[in-house]
Amino acid sequence: MSFLSRRAIAAAPEQSPFARFARDFAESRLALVGLAMLVAVIALALLAPWIAPQNPYDLGRLDLLDARLPPGARAGGGNMTYLLGTDGQGRDMLSAILYGLRVSLTVGVASGVIALALGAVLGVLAAYAGGRFEQVLMRIVDIQLGFPAILVALILLAVLGKGVDKIIIALVAVQWAYYARTARSAALVERSKEYVEAARALGLSNARIVLRHLLPNSLPPLVVVGTVQVAHAIALEATLSFLGLGLPTTEPSLGLLIANGYEYLMSGKYWISVYPGIALLATILAINLVGDQLRDVLNPRLAK
Amino acid sequence: MTVYVLRRLAQTLLVLAITSLLVFFGLYVVGDPVEILVNPVADEVEKARAAAALGLDKPIFEQYWVFLKGAFTGELGTSFVFGRSAIEVIVERMPATLELAFLAMLIAVVLGVPLGLYAGLKPQRWISKAIMAGSILGFSLPTFWVGLILILVFAVQLGWLPSTGRGPTVEFLGLQLSIVHWEGLKYALLPAINLALFKLSLIIRLTRAQVREHALLDYIKFARAKGLPRSRVIGVHLLKNILIPLVTVIGLELGSVIAFAVVTETIFAWPGMGKLVIDSIFQLDRPVVVAYLLLIVFMFILINLVVDLLYSALDPRVRLGEQK
Repeated sequence: MSFLSRRAIAAAPEQSPFARFARDFAESRLALVGLAMLVAVIALALLAPWIAPQNPYDLGRLDLLDARLPPGARAGGGNMTYLLGTDGQGRDMLSAILYGLRVSLTVGVASGVIALALGAVLGVLAAYAGGRFEQVLMRIVDIQLGFPAILVALILLAVLGKGVDKIIIALVAVQWAYYARTARSAALVERSKEYVEAARALGLSNARIVLRHLLPNSLPPLVVVGTVQVAHAIALEATLSFLGLGLPTTEPSLGLLIANGYEYLMSGKYWISVYPGIALLATILAINLVGDQLRDVLNPRLAK
Repeated sequence: MTVYVLRRLAQTLLVLAITSLLVFFGLYVVGDPVEILVNPVADEVEKARAAAALGLDKPIFEQYWVFLKGAFTGELGTSFVFGRSAIEVIVERMPATLELAFLAMLIAVVLGVPLGLYAGLKPQRWISKAIMAGSILGFSLPTFWVGLILILVFAVQLGWLPSTGRGPTVEFLGLQLSIVHWEGLKYALLPAINLALFKLSLIIRLTRAQVREHALLDYIKFARAKGLPRSRVIGVHLLKNILIPLVTVIGLELGSVIAFAVVTETIFAWPGMGKLVIDSIFQLDRPVVVAYLLLIVFMFILINLVVDLLYSALDPRVRLGEQK
């Protein structure tokens, strides 16, 4: 792209920052596909109780005679068609996947948001305060990032046991260090800017400078890390649940659904594992595509 | 330099101590291994006897003290399930994990470097775009699901390769290995491919990025201006320079392959260290879990330290002592 391109001319000053952001984002068709997929996945997860043909948690409604039916089979009672087949307990796979999507997204987003908040505050504080606090915190971050996420999560879950809260704790513990590191380096850059100096000169309190000035201005790189991390968290949760270490079996996430289908795989009953896997893959892929483009658009070094 | 190494070693001890404390007391809170180990119909007397035999009747702090004293002599306790030294049980499974990790890394490098090279040299070709799209997919695909699909396609549907387990082993260089002959390799192929996919994507992307960066540098332009054949410019000048960061990453990733083997080994019922630790977590076999995690954590600290030291040796701009 040459540096007096049409884009530079088209970027007329009357456009709002958001409009410019939206236009830059829309430049990649692949990213738009990703965004559409992501919106669809989120909508499906939110609307699951209304669009799912069956409530997969209501064990009383399940018919064991309908267990392990292939996709497209009619229910024994004759009142519905199992579009994606049924699992070992006669649960409609489509419904189970829609509800599983809810669990997976909830865990991924909740852990991402908590880790982002924790990491951002600690990282910005480290950059602002400096000294001993910064040294110790960054040392901890370095040490933790030296280990693969799955190992840290494995240690924590072996100790904590199963449960939605437990897995969120483990995922937060795994992720916060990425946010802390990113937030610190962003805040270090921001701290040396004039507006912070101006805020200091005005005699604003430290808390106000950190919370109202440094933190909001350090957010863009955190958003980029955040999208990638949520995808990671969802994949990691699925992996841990597959290993039997994550969620309890009462409210299966996508990973647990895949694990449940594992035992039937050898006899060729592929649908129990494969369809939840495709839902998982679509979710992660959509987030990664959006995240890739966000990184390019929000990267100040690529700013046009 | 010496001060730096000493400080790092002190940190190592601290991390190991924290890990052991966390896991030791955490697993103690999770459940009583005696309930899992003894016959379900055993009465209280039998349970008490079993607990005494395993040293579980003592207070937890005393148990930890016994463990610490053992740890300094290189003994990390006796497995509740196997009745043998935990380290021994783990070391026994080590060759299986190592050969799987090695094979996976080999696949990733042998395929990844040429593919990345091609995508970097000819970025506009559709094949390059397909390679890059494939690498995004490789990042997005959860390892365990790919493993299931591999089993479904190559073992269940096509019947080309065995689905689970490890093949017969033969003695090779003093180790019991299975991948050195076809009967054993057959079993190792699917899990190794599964384990390799993520690393393959990583190496493709890294190689491509390196090629794109170096192809514009003066030394390459100069080599081409000298009229050297293209194959020599790429094969000698370019490859030599991009290999340095690649080798670093490959070294670092070998550790994470071993950690990630936990997932692959569970899917393919591969009798390595990873499967052992998952089984041990469920059986509350605390000595094995603690020993495995300490071993892996130690391995990672060592790898990170060696990489840091190598970096400072290779690149004079990196000063280790002064990172404040």
